[in-house]
Amino acid sequence: MPDNSKTRVVVGMSGGVDSSVVAYLLKQQGYDVVGVFMKNWDDTDEMGVCTATEDYKDVAKVANKIGIPYYSVNFEKEYWDRVFTYFLDEYKKGRTPNPDVMCNKEIKFKAFFDYAMELDADYIAMGHYAQVEQDTDGIMHMLRGDDSNKDQTYFLSQLSQEQIQKVMFPIGNIEKPEVRRIAEEAGLSTAKKKDSTGICFIGERNFTKFLGEYLPAQTGNMMTVDGVKMGEHYGLMNYTIGQRKGLGIGGTGEGNDPWFVVGKDLSTNTLIVGQGYHNDLLYADYLEASELSFIAPIDRFGNDFHITAKFRYRQTDVGVTVHLNDDHTEATVTFDAPVRAITPGQAVVFYDGTECLGSGIIDAAFKSLDKGSKQLQYV
Amino acid sequence: MSGIYLDNAATTPMAKEVIEVMTNAMQTTFGNASSTHQFGRSARMVLDDSRKVIADSIHAKESEIIFTSGGTESDNMAIMQTAIQRKSLGKHLITSAVEHQAILKSMKYLESIGFEVTYLPVNEDGVIDITDFKNALKDDTILVSIMMGNNETGSHMPIHEIGDILKDHQAWFHTDAVQAYGLLDIDVNVDHIDMLSTSAHKLNGPKFLGFLYKRDTIFSPPFIKGGEQEDKRRAGTENVPAIAGFAKAVSLVSDDEKKARQLKYQGFKKQIIAALEVNKIDFEINGTLSDDNLQHVFNIWIKGVQTEVLQTRLDLAGIAVSGGSACTAGNLEPSHVLIAMYGENSPRVTESIRLSFGKDNTDEEIAVFVTQLVRIVGRLKK
Repeated sequence: MPDNSKTRVVVGMSGGVDSSVVAYLLKQQGYDVVGVFMKNWDDTDEMGVCTATEDYKDVAKVANKIGIPYYSVNFEKEYWDRVFTYFLDEYKKGRTPNPDVMCNKEIKFKAFFDYAMELDADYIAMGHYAQVEQDTDGIMHMLRGDDSNKDQTYFLSQLSQEQIQKVMFPIGNIEKPEVRRIAEEAGLSTAKKKDSTGICFIGERNFTKFLGEYLPAQTGNMMTVDGVKMGEHYGLMNYTIGQRKGLGIGGTGEGNDPWFVVGKDLSTNTLIVGQGYHNDLLYADYLEASELSFIAPIDRFGNDFHITAKFRYRQTDVGVTVHLNDDHTEATVTFDAPVRAITPGQAVVFYDGTECLGSGIIDAAFKSLDKGSKQLQYV
Repeated sequence: MSGIYLDNAATTPMAKEVIEVMTNAMQTTFGNASSTHQFGRSARMVLDDSRKVIADSIHAKESEIIFTSGGTESDNMAIMQTAIQRKSLGKHLITSAVEHQAILKSMKYLESIGFEVTYLPVNEDGVIDITDFKNALKDDTILVSIMMGNNETGSHMPIHEIGDILKDHQAWFHTDAVQAYGLLDIDVNVDHIDMLSTSAHKLNGPKFLGFLYKRDTIFSPPFIKGGEQEDKRRAGTENVPAIAGFAKAVSLVSDDEKKARQLKYQGFKKQIIAALEVNKIDFEINGTLSDDNLQHVFNIWIKGVQTEVLQTRLDLAGIAVSGGSACTAGNLEPSHVLIAMYGENSPRVTESIRLSFGKDNTDEEIAVFVTQLVRIVGRLKK
């Protein structure tokens, strides 16, 4: 085994099982491991209890068990300024943002990375299910995690080459059940801790209620695309494209097909609904994206190329043809077959086999017509 | 454990003499001091002897010493029991903005149930203005609680002046002497102190033990209720071995020893300042270098370096200093003491570390600390 004792690795420890095992494995490999807990959000309730307290206690238990020092750092201000503000702005525009993509780009792999470097770190390590691999030119490439159920490259797709140069993902080649087994065998108290779900700062709380605390909800009409009023909505931001639940329409229209959100018209504050899971208005042929970001240079592809893509987390890949603009900041992405519920604000993430190339943020989805095309969703 | 410990205001290692006394007491004096058999009597004797040593150390009577679980309990007891007992005489209390949380949180609680509290401001030296105090004092003030020396800056409050003003006033005078006890000569009579809190583990004694001195003429019902220990003023079986250790710790700090320690710590400060100046580190002292201060506390503003980063880097290099108190999620809270002295927008609030020296620290340790500090600050500023 190489002597790793002079290599300092700062592990982002959340108090969950994944980052616990990361710290454990690195310590086993002889690294100079330092655990750091990030507090990005203050959710202290009326009783003075906050989830960060419980999570930090778990970090303390695990770190003491492993025998590494641990600390806590506060990024509430950075998170508010760089992630939450963006999150609210996107909702105000009627889009459905992905704060976790932004959190990785701005907090975990920026603010935290910088902090780790101030602690004299050689690397940071994270509990993401993703892998990095260096090629012969020293360029780092990001690969999907081996556990296809857990692969988290979707959320890491906006990272730059610089951001992943000094990053380790020690559990990227391990499957989740094995991670839990390692934790249990090592006697880590987080071995059976439930995975966190949902957006980190909202957690288990009611999403609509949470959002309503920050953005005033404006009720409006719920209409079909043909202008038939079907009811009222309680604020456009509370709906996402393709959503079925919570519309409160039943037993009307043709047949008994359920109703779905097919679009939003911000100018008239109208929610557009249509019938049937496979409603035509939900299927797009191509999309436009901006904020394009690639992890490694993509010179080998030119400006037009065929690869695969995901439009939301945990979706199976779809074959796509990408057409980049000249400075690689925007793209038109055409699907091999129509794709349902493309959602502006989410990331379109590009893959070449197992490699995650990068992503863009979806601005609009379109349906090709015999003559020209038509933008869906009116947003 | 290896490493250099410069956080003695948080707690101190137990003196080996204290450990010996306690070990011996644990083996030989296990009885309950309230029991009426030989085992109880032998514990009672140790308890009485210890109380005598401790009472003498502040020129109090033995009957005026109530053993408690430490500084926090003593502070709570002094404030809460005074309020409960004296509420018919008035609802006004006076304290300072830089007290320990044991005082401040008790005061906040009293405010929530209808008492009125004046929080005296401090100047940049960390001390209150005696004129402010006189102006705040009302006829119906029932308690004044001003700490003797501050745990974050070592600043020394004008205790004698306050006691002098209060000697002809109805208000009782309490002082939190947790940091000062063991470093300053204390005479509760000369300073007209009615109540005084201490903690054993700040002067190389055991943890979870302290006392509240309460002048004999003051009566108040017990805060912790139950048995009749401590003359019915604090229920619960006394931790006799720990109390024996506390008395030993107190006996180790003779008046000469206190002076010697103050001088030794002053020397450390000079050594650090000289080294920082030679290495052109941009710094300022928080508070003052006054001879009157508690010399074991040294609070430094290292300009442009975040407290959290510096404290962590020093820890990783094996040197323990304080960056302030941490919340339950481990984040450092901004210091209410530095805020009171310099305002919440001062960079001192986020760029300062507190060193606190103990009897076992050496010149060599201070030299290592300075070397590491210079190295780390140099790298961070690169």
